[in-house]
Amino acid sequence: MRKLLVYLKPYRKETVLAPLFKMLEAGFELFVPLVMAAIIDRGIGSGAAGAPGGDTAFVLRMGGLLAALGVIGLICSVTAQYYAAKAAVGFATELRHSLFSHIQGLSYTEIDTLGTSTMITRMTSDVNQLQNGVNMVLRLFLRSPFIVFGAMIMAFTIDVKAALIFVVTIPLLAVVVFGIMLITMPLYKKVQAGLDKVLGATRENLTGARVIRAFNKEQEETEKFEQRNSALAHMQLYVGKLSALTNPVTYVIVNVATIVLLYTGAVRVDEGTITRGQVVALVNYMSQILVELVKLANLIITVTKAFACAHRVQGVFEIRSSMAWAETPRSGGDSPAAYAVEFDHVHLRYAGSCQDALSDIDFRVPRGRTMGIIGGTGSGKTSLVNMIPRFYDATQGCVRIDGRDVREYTMEELRNKVRVVPQKAVLFQGTVRDNMRWGCPDATDEEIWRALEIAQARDFVEQKEGGLDFRITQAGKNLSGGQRQRLTIARALVGMPEIVILDDSASALDYATDAALRQALARMDGGAAVFIVSQRTSSIRQADQILVLDDGEAVDIGTHDELLARCGVYQEIYYSQYPKEDIEGGTA
Amino acid sequence: MSRNINRYSQKRTLARVWQYIKKYWIYLALSIVTAALTVVLTLYLPILTGRVIDLIVEKGKVDFDGVFRILRTMALAIAATAAAQWIMSVCNNKMAFRIVQDIRNEAFRKIEILPFQYIDGHSYGEVVSRVIADVDQFSDGLLMGFTQFFTGVMTIIGTLGFMLSVNVWIACVVVLITPLSFFVAAFIAGRTYRMFRLQSETRGEQTALIEEMIGNQKVVQAFSHEKEALEKFDEINGRLGKCSLKAIFYSSLTNPSTRFVNNLVYAGVAVSGALYAIRGGISVGQLSCFLTYANQYTKPFNEISGVVTELQNAIACAARIFELIDEEAQIPDADDAVSLRHAEGRVDLDHVSFSYVPDRKLITDLNLAVKPGQRVAIVGPTGCGKTTVINLLMRFYDVDTGRICVDNEDIRHITRSSLRAGYGMVLQETWLRSGTIRDNITMGKPDATDEEVEAAARLSHAHSFIRRMPQGYDTEIGEDGGNLSQGQKQLLCITRVMLCLPPMLILDEATSSIDTRTEIRIQKAFATMMQGRTSFIVAHRLSTIREADVILVMRDGNIVEQGSHAALLQQNGFYAQLYNSQFAETKK
Repeated sequence: MRKLLVYLKPYRKETVLAPLFKMLEAGFELFVPLVMAAIIDRGIGSGAAGAPGGDTAFVLRMGGLLAALGVIGLICSVTAQYYAAKAAVGFATELRHSLFSHIQGLSYTEIDTLGTSTMITRMTSDVNQLQNGVNMVLRLFLRSPFIVFGAMIMAFTIDVKAALIFVVTIPLLAVVVFGIMLITMPLYKKVQAGLDKVLGATRENLTGARVIRAFNKEQEETEKFEQRNSALAHMQLYVGKLSALTNPVTYVIVNVATIVLLYTGAVRVDEGTITRGQVVALVNYMSQILVELVKLANLIITVTKAFACAHRVQGVFEIRSSMAWAETPRSGGDSPAAYAVEFDHVHLRYAGSCQDALSDIDFRVPRGRTMGIIGGTGSGKTSLVNMIPRFYDATQGCVRIDGRDVREYTMEELRNKVRVVPQKAVLFQGTVRDNMRWGCPDATDEEIWRALEIAQARDFVEQKEGGLDFRITQAGKNLSGGQRQRLTIARALVGMPEIVILDDSASALDYATDAALRQALARMDGGAAVFIVSQRTSSIRQADQILVLDDGEAVDIGTHDELLARCGVYQEIYYSQYPKEDIEGGTA
Repeated sequence: MSRNINRYSQKRTLARVWQYIKKYWIYLALSIVTAALTVVLTLYLPILTGRVIDLIVEKGKVDFDGVFRILRTMALAIAATAAAQWIMSVCNNKMAFRIVQDIRNEAFRKIEILPFQYIDGHSYGEVVSRVIADVDQFSDGLLMGFTQFFTGVMTIIGTLGFMLSVNVWIACVVVLITPLSFFVAAFIAGRTYRMFRLQSETRGEQTALIEEMIGNQKVVQAFSHEKEALEKFDEINGRLGKCSLKAIFYSSLTNPSTRFVNNLVYAGVAVSGALYAIRGGISVGQLSCFLTYANQYTKPFNEISGVVTELQNAIACAARIFELIDEEAQIPDADDAVSLRHAEGRVDLDHVSFSYVPDRKLITDLNLAVKPGQRVAIVGPTGCGKTTVINLLMRFYDVDTGRICVDNEDIRHITRSSLRAGYGMVLQETWLRSGTIRDNITMGKPDATDEEVEAAARLSHAHSFIRRMPQGYDTEIGEDGGNLSQGQKQLLCITRVMLCLPPMLILDEATSSIDTRTEIRIQKAFATMMQGRTSFIVAHRLSTIREADVILVMRDGNIVEQGSHAALLQQNGFYAQLYNSQFAETKK
């Protein structure tokens, strides 16, 4: 947690000045009861019955002094607010920047374990809460204790014996206020958990409305919901009852202290040790303490929340990327290797898993050739291709590109050589051109059109208003699934990479477009090695080589005809899509 | 938000809220009585303190008897106040949480009978946020309203009354200066509103960017786009920092400013009070009492202005909840609706037309007669209305014109529960609830034995993966399937239907996420299951539907062709075209 304070460092001056000015303000506030005591004792004198001693000029002077204290207090606190706001906002801005760039540096392994949605909430609402917390702490955290103890010290300057009452009261109040808070805080967490359950039930009944109604579960679901809801209400009532104690109990303590104070005051005045005005001042100090304690209790809640958020944010920072990249590109000069991609007895095991996702994968793909990868759901197809751009590192063996281990490349170098079209067609807000330039910021329009043509996207982009300037809305919602997919394919082709990976990325395309795409890819100049991952045999049958995966293991590798002749798994897949009689008999 | 308030006027909302409160009128009455008691006693205490101070004049002039008498009264008043305070909070808690519980229950019961037009037309998040966040806001506002608004108003009136009864002129000083703090607060609030809006707009912009970039982190990395993303982020971050600083600083001026006004009031009372006291107009005790009031008087004003915003917000939230609760429910079952028992499985669609939105016709004049035990396949390109037919069969939606009959009975004359119990449904969108795997499988048949469950799972080929789960059939899965793969989820949904085996089946892309090898095996299980059962199959893989008795070929909401596989191929129409495009390459 303390590590986050680094982000306050650039605002060291503000961080010190804000509480300082707050304390100054509080200091002036502490003088008010003393001034008032002077007004009573010297200004009014003992003359309740109109006795001599009334000093109008003194009263007016003191009144002026009170107003002046107010003005100085205002200036101090405005200054403090400014510095606090500046420090808090600056802190949050720096924190967000570092968080964003830190998350960007995480590798796929970390993204998988954390999940992106929690990272988003941590970056947004958690950081906002933290900003609030820092702001409040700078403004109030020192002020309140300062007033509480200041009031006690002032009481000592008036009368030691009376001040002892403060010495007893303050710890007592602290114990009660914080005690109740300590008890209720974990209970509030339980309330939150109860609310989450109610929320879960509501969402489930919306997302599953069809199934729930198809199985006639409405009545049962309602009962279940009402049960959870009533458990929540009970919890809330219980916590409410406890925390409702805070006010009456503090009220009793402070006022009983006041009674004792009044009695002691009466005795001391009778003895002639202190004056009446001073008794009034003491009573005022006592009520100031009550006000500040209430503020402090509220503040503690904000601070606890902020601490929880700080913890979560810190949690993100503590995750280090498990992947180290080479710092500088290795000087060129090596003659181009024979193989674009080589897998040398590669094993892959995901973090936290006890089984290899891929075991002993060994093959090589020459430049300009096409490799098809086929296999059932969960057979490891995507895992395999994800190792080429080094989204994951091999746990054993090594992956080589151009004859060099992928771990020797810099990130930029490698990702420029290898382009992936992921399963999920993701586009970003901006024009078509912006999206096309993602991997290659200085691509010309001509290059973009060429890529679009290969991806079979030229026609529909031309028809869109503005062509390359057509604006894509968030997540590409204004395009159809097939259009999105073709654009993601084109995006990968801009800049003519050496290796292109299509990870089941033609699934939304109809068969004709899919076929045209594959033909265009094969004709593409520059001699890129193409990997096509698919469940459809039709998509990969033209490939130079086909790798058949089953349960993380390479069953066989060969051309379509070879595999059809000898590979059991391949036959099974193939005939599941093209039943034998069709091919032999030609029913159509 | 404002639109909602317009639709559901504040007045009507308040009347509705009152309906809920009325049920708990005893608590309300008790709360009002104790609140009044609290206020009166709290205000009485400074008067007692003042009287004590008047009895303490100076050395040797202290009336100890009097002091004791008053202190005793004070002790009683304190005890009574504390008790009243506690009872008040408990009553308020009880009222607020019970009302919230009632509202949530009612909202949930409405969700269970909402027509699908509503469920499909609104985002789940929106509905959930009404039931959870809005109700929470409402309860907070209600609670705050009960506790602070009422006591606040009482305190202001009470203080004013007490002050006037002691001294009219000093009271006037307080009354005249206090509104200043209002003006200051209103002035600042007006100025800051614009900045807060700018802040939330910028924040929204930033959140959108974070969601886009962090949510699609893998793509960002694959194209090494990190630097550009960070630059864009920093640009927004910088703007956000600037406008946040302004918004926070200006809004934080409210406190110091109102405190300043308060100090002026205090100084005014001190001077005018002291001057009066010198002339013997009031006693020192009364002055000290006045000072306490002066300190207290502005506080409820500030609180009330806070509460008013909170209450307005609460009313807006209540309006949104009531909108949901008042949403028209699905048409209830007719009084004379029959219950479908052991359906034979005859389904007739008679001149059916339907559209989701009135101006976009989807299905027009659809006719179909399905004999018991027949297998009907529905094919066609995406968006042609295949799933809509299913929606109509299950009566998730009602037809616009024409009718659908099961066993010669219009389904609008059949109870929904018995109609739906007659169908077994597997949808493309798999939906699982949080709970154990067994809970999910037995949804349609809660009293199934372990053997039955296992047999069903074997049939659907789900048994082997379930067995490998940590706790087998008792493994808890998270909301919406949690960590199961899409294919595994689909297998569970199939198992669910395999277990209860209703007389009619609906399979809507039921195997779309399962690899083709497993699919073939499941198809076999389906084939046995469909033996003697009327079944409707939606699929885009033509190979899976060739065995159907009738194939409906849909295009733009119309049935363009109808017949068996062989007959349709012979027709050489749209179906033949679809079929051949899929097998184009095989036939080369």
